Amino acid sequence: MRQICAICLPANIPFLKYNWKNQSWNLFFAAGLLIGGLIGGVALQPVEPMPLSAATIESLNALGIAKQPGILPVEIFSWANLLTWQHLLIVVGGGFLVGFGTRYAGGCTSGHGIAGLSTMQWPSLVAVILFFASGIFTANFILPLLLNK
Amino acid sequence: MKKRNLLFFLIGILFGTTLMKADAVSWFRMQEMFRFQGFQMFGIFMTAIPTAALGIFILKKMKIKSLDGEPIHIMKKQFNWGYVYGSILFGVGWGLTGACPGPIYVQIGSGVSIAIVTLLSALAGTWVYSYLKPRLPH
Repeated sequence: MRQICAICLPANIPFLKYNWKNQSWNLFFAAGLLIGGLIGGVALQPVEPMPLSAATIESLNALGIAKQPGILPVEIFSWANLLTWQHLLIVVGGGFLVGFGTRYAGGCTSGHGIAGLSTMQWPSLVAVILFFASGIFTANFILPLLLNK
Repeated sequence: MKKRNLLFFLIGILFGTTLMKADAVSWFRMQEMFRFQGFQMFGIFMTAIPTAALGIFILKKMKIKSLDGEPIHIMKKQFNWGYVYGSILFGVGWGLTGACPGPIYVQIGSGVSIAIVTLLSALAGTWVYSYLKPRLPH
């Protein structure tokens, strides 16, 4: 992400002015992730909706979200349903916070959660506990609020 | 393509396919995890962390060199308050979109075109952070 910003719009920001060409491997990694999604999602696609726990199906139904195939609920994540302020806030606001927060925190689920914890770094443990707690709060309280349920 | 780039590309494909098949890029699976209604995501983390620890142990034990031929050195993270503020903000984004940065690419690749909006928003977030960095508490 930082890399793409550095290439497209460095705008003299010190954090974005570094020699990104030396780090271009991470764009190749992102391209690999895209292909991985294509392989996993299209080539090996399951026909059935993924098996979710009954409790989750019930909780999501209460939010107006049906059990369905695919990885994102069409009720929120579809071009047709994007243009309500609640859905925009979820997709655009949520996406913004993912980019902003992970940069600010210096890592995400894999960087802190897997790499950080497996090398026993206590700042990563702090980060994991906080983003997990914050995610729990958001999913259980903010999301229902935004979906008006 | 340079050897390093090719390698990262291949690891990306492997990681992306795995995340997809493990449902780790699924919004539904994240909601299940955040409500403690299923074991799958916890199982993934409980497998991934020891596996990574074992991998790093082997790298160190066998003194495996990096692609540049340098010894591999794992930097100690220095605590700063950015970990706290950033993590709280990221958690909100994660709870809403069900995505961390890596999985957004996988979501797009799997054919969900609207994840492009998530990606552009995340890019905007990264850019704004970079812009505000000198003024934010760390």
